[in-house]
Amino acid sequence: MKLGLNFILGIVFGIIMTKSEAISWFRIHEMFRFESIHMYGIIGVAVILGAITMYSMKKFKIKTLTHQLVTYTPMKLNVKRHIIAGSIFGLGWALMGACPGPMFVMLGHGFLIFIVVIIGATLGTFAYGVVQDKLPH
Amino acid sequence: MSWIEFISQPWHWAVSGAAIAGILFLMTYIGRSFGVSMAFKNFCTIAGAGNKFEFFRFDIKEEYWRLTFIAGAVVGGYIAATALASPEAVDISEATINHLKEDYGWNYPQGDGFLPVDFFNFGNLKGVIISIVAGFLIGFGARYGDGCTSGHAISGLSHLQLPSLLTVIGFFIGGLIMTWLIMPYLLG
Repeated sequence: MKLGLNFILGIVFGIIMTKSEAISWFRIHEMFRFESIHMYGIIGVAVILGAITMYSMKKFKIKTLTHQLVTYTPMKLNVKRHIIAGSIFGLGWALMGACPGPMFVMLGHGFLIFIVVIIGATLGTFAYGVVQDKLPH
Repeated sequence: MSWIEFISQPWHWAVSGAAIAGILFLMTYIGRSFGVSMAFKNFCTIAGAGNKFEFFRFDIKEEYWRLTFIAGAVVGGYIAATALASPEAVDISEATINHLKEDYGWNYPQGDGFLPVDFFNFGNLKGVIISIVAGFLIGFGARYGDGCTSGHAISGLSHLQLPSLLTVIGFFIGGLIMTWLIMPYLLG
């Protein structure tokens, strides 16, 4: 149900990520070198408007198309886990200049090397599933 | 100016940020969470990882919507890079261009300014190895942290979640270590 809607939203997402240049390796490199406001501006505006939107949807009890109220299931706070996991992710993000969403958009651009990146990410996810019991959560 | 020409121009960052908030709204409105990295877990499940490991055991039908969204993202990337492509390469800062030239010996622009194609291509073994290692770190970190940039930096922060803020701080710790301390050895 509504798979077509998800597909169309995916297309819009791919176009927005490209036109925002947030999927550019060079933009990510520039961000981590603090040499442009571009990425900080994008994330800042997205979060401020996103927070206002989410707050309003909760406040005015706006129902989703699945007839539910907007909720968010909080994660259990574990400072060590968030910082370590985030840092591991960040190492890869800076190196490849792409996080998961952009990997798929870049593939659509015709950069076939992202098949290798996506395989790597799937292997990393599998590795986590295997060793997760040994990590602090 | 046609509307295609209008969209094809480079976007101001404020417009892009608003558009991403719009995507968050639409995903929420259709009753979905905004998260991409779970797709890798779905791939593991499809490949049969659930037979041996409990973590990958779930009903893949519940995730068809996400896989459909991601298929759309690939198509969106194709459309944006062809019909809606900007006439010029990504306009990165002069400082970054100089650094790439001086520290890595890289010319800019390379291609349309989206990927250092002189480095990340199948003819360069180092680029291929780095691609798989970077992918591995992203996949592992995203699952351990229970989310990636879309889930934490956009969705989680918009819901004012402290765990998401800490995870995003982690993204920057890792990203800064890679950019300033490790990449000069890998690429220099």
